[in-house]
Amino acid sequence: MGLFSFLKNKFSKKGAPEQEKTSVEVYEKGMAKSRKAFASRLDDLSKRYGKVNAEYFEELEQILIESDVGVELSIRLIENLLDQARKEKLTEPKQINDLLVDAMFVDYATSGEAIQNEIAFRENGPTVLLVCGVNGVGKTTSIAKLAYRYQKQGKKVLLAAGDTFRAGAVEQLKVWADRLKCEIVVGKPEEDPASVAYQAAVKAKQSNYDLLIVDTAGRLQTKNNLMAELGKISRVLGKEIEDAPHEAFLIIDATTGQNGVLQAKAFKEVTSLTGIVITKMDGTSKGGIILSIRDELGLPVRFIGLGEKMEDLQEFDLDKYLYGLLLGSAE
Amino acid sequence: MAFESLSDKFSALFKKMRGQSRLTEANMDEMLREIRVALLEADVNFKVVKSFVNDVKEKALGQDVYAKVNPSQMVVKIVHDEIQALLGEEQAEVAFVKGLTIVMLVGLQGTGKTTSAGKLAYQFQNKLGKKTMVAALDIYRPGAIDQLQAVTEKAGASFFSMGDKVNPVEIAKKAKSKAIDEDFDVLILDTAGRLQIDETLMGELKAINHEVHPDEVLLLVDAAAGQDSVNVANAFNKDLRLSGIILSRLDGDARGGAALSIKYLTGLPIKYAGVGEKVSDLEPFYPDRMADRILGMGDVVTLVEKAKEAIDEKQAEKDAKKMLEGEFTLDDMLRQMKMVQKIGNLGAIAKLIPGMPKLTDEQKETAEKEMKVFESIVNSMTPYERRHPEVLRFSHKNRIAKGSGLTNADVNRVLRKYEQSKEMMKQMKQYQKSGRIPPGMGGMGGFGR
Repeated sequence: MGLFSFLKNKFSKKGAPEQEKTSVEVYEKGMAKSRKAFASRLDDLSKRYGKVNAEYFEELEQILIESDVGVELSIRLIENLLDQARKEKLTEPKQINDLLVDAMFVDYATSGEAIQNEIAFRENGPTVLLVCGVNGVGKTTSIAKLAYRYQKQGKKVLLAAGDTFRAGAVEQLKVWADRLKCEIVVGKPEEDPASVAYQAAVKAKQSNYDLLIVDTAGRLQTKNNLMAELGKISRVLGKEIEDAPHEAFLIIDATTGQNGVLQAKAFKEVTSLTGIVITKMDGTSKGGIILSIRDELGLPVRFIGLGEKMEDLQEFDLDKYLYGLLLGSAE
Repeated sequence: MAFESLSDKFSALFKKMRGQSRLTEANMDEMLREIRVALLEADVNFKVVKSFVNDVKEKALGQDVYAKVNPSQMVVKIVHDEIQALLGEEQAEVAFVKGLTIVMLVGLQGTGKTTSAGKLAYQFQNKLGKKTMVAALDIYRPGAIDQLQAVTEKAGASFFSMGDKVNPVEIAKKAKSKAIDEDFDVLILDTAGRLQIDETLMGELKAINHEVHPDEVLLLVDAAAGQDSVNVANAFNKDLRLSGIILSRLDGDARGGAALSIKYLTGLPIKYAGVGEKVSDLEPFYPDRMADRILGMGDVVTLVEKAKEAIDEKQAEKDAKKMLEGEFTLDDMLRQMKMVQKIGNLGAIAKLIPGMPKLTDEQKETAEKEMKVFESIVNSMTPYERRHPEVLRFSHKNRIAKGSGLTNADVNRVLRKYEQSKEMMKQMKQYQKSGRIPPGMGGMGGFGR
């Protein structure tokens, strides 16, 4: 497993020791529900089978598909696993399980570049983060959590209330801005969101903000006019601040099924996405579609939402995610 | 590609079958495998798919007429019947009781409860003429109350809120007594989104349920929801005795397999589907039509109903008469095109028409752009010019082009199209006299190409 350990080191990002502990705790707590279902299933599975047979592989496939891992990816993973097990004459359930986790790890790690989870700040001038996604995935809440995260790191953060469409959206972000004591740029109701983004970019530049986070209205990826609008917001930011948006996050809800890949594909076409934030991972959904998004489009998961509190947005850790998902243990 | 639509999948599948004269174990296995993958990619629950595929296999093998029946037709019928069975037989909407009917909306965060509360209020208040009140029970999410108030006002219904400091159970009780005192027909309760495993918040819903006894408890399910939604529905159903499902965001390209699974496993009917962002974008859910849609057979009935709603029948009759008299003006043409637009955008219409799935996004956009060009040009003409476009000289056209921000060529093109339509009307009149219908009639004034 030379490749595996190499990738593992590359991907297992470690933070400061004291931070590490709380982060692990939040992760454990948040993922407990998803994991519990999983762990017991895989354990049960291993116990029921002394030796693996075709049925065992079928049940593994079921576990993947029921976690919303893409159908095509699930079938491919299991077919390869079956081949390898045959070739190497492996029959122990535990060996097979480990092999599967390794295969998933390698697939994720080799499907795109290794990217640091934290926002890559520019040396000079404000860094711009654009946040987008379909309706109801948790964009505004994630923005609040990101703002909190970077304020705590000593960054001067500005928010732009770019969702001028949904009733109550601006109020929602304003409440968060008040709680966080964070500056916010608000447009008029139903004002062109690109114009709000522009005003925010001007302000971010003039008043030396480190980070500008631009909220956008939720939009289904099939609505061409709304997708074009997002492209426009993206371009307007780039006109005011060089190379902006420097980061563009697509928010994906953990309950999302196979449509997640189509979402990522469509959003990637109108703005250059730099990562995924997977939200609502404290529920019972497993969010497996992120593995297919990475597999098909190379987009990495940057952060993971594990609860309703401000601290509950954590850096994504592939190792923890996969082990949590499949084996029920971080080690 | 892994993510063709279910209908594309099936059509490709059946095309393959068409060349074969009999249904054998071998080609059936391949077919079943593809059906399985297609259903899983539509987010139909794993267990449901398993039993679905078995059902189809059994039904197909039970038939001993392989040699005589076209295998693709046979399989289409079996798959269609099974999907329809999976969706449930008939359509179900909210059942009103005597006096006040209380409808409570529940679901995970971000599934569209607040938006749907507004849309339901619009249906009840405007379409059914029920005096409707909407109460804000989501005291947790910032902005939720503002959002609900805004959509309730759009719907023309009454809004009830006690702010975000009062317990939702209390709010529900007060809303109910106010609704009864003031003779409301319907009370809609918009509750906060919650995880089904959150015992505290589920307890709150149980308490509301216990205190106000809603007549309907509807669970919101996102059309894009994945495999776990069956577990979510089971948990909500166990605690609250749901009466049905609202499937939100069916206007996207997600295929809503999750909702089908829920129906299959819990027996709960899907009562409505959210099909857009406007307050009127909520439709009753028609299981039989949805099965056709999944199979690529189009959804003609929905289109006809949409058209009926959008078109002012008296005006249409007047127009038809005028058309036949040969007095068809640019104004009339514009009005007709707008009626078509009201039915929905061209893409949405194309989806509903059988045999028309091949309209690309580009074509849709071109057609819609054409409509806009037509409208801005006609709007830049004087009323006299609209009735008598034959008087237009080069200088007039220049002015119109400038006024509409377009070119002379655009103006000429629009006028040409108008002439063509007029010509068609004339022909129609002659045909009508002779009692025949001309071929290729019934287009949209030559647009959409």
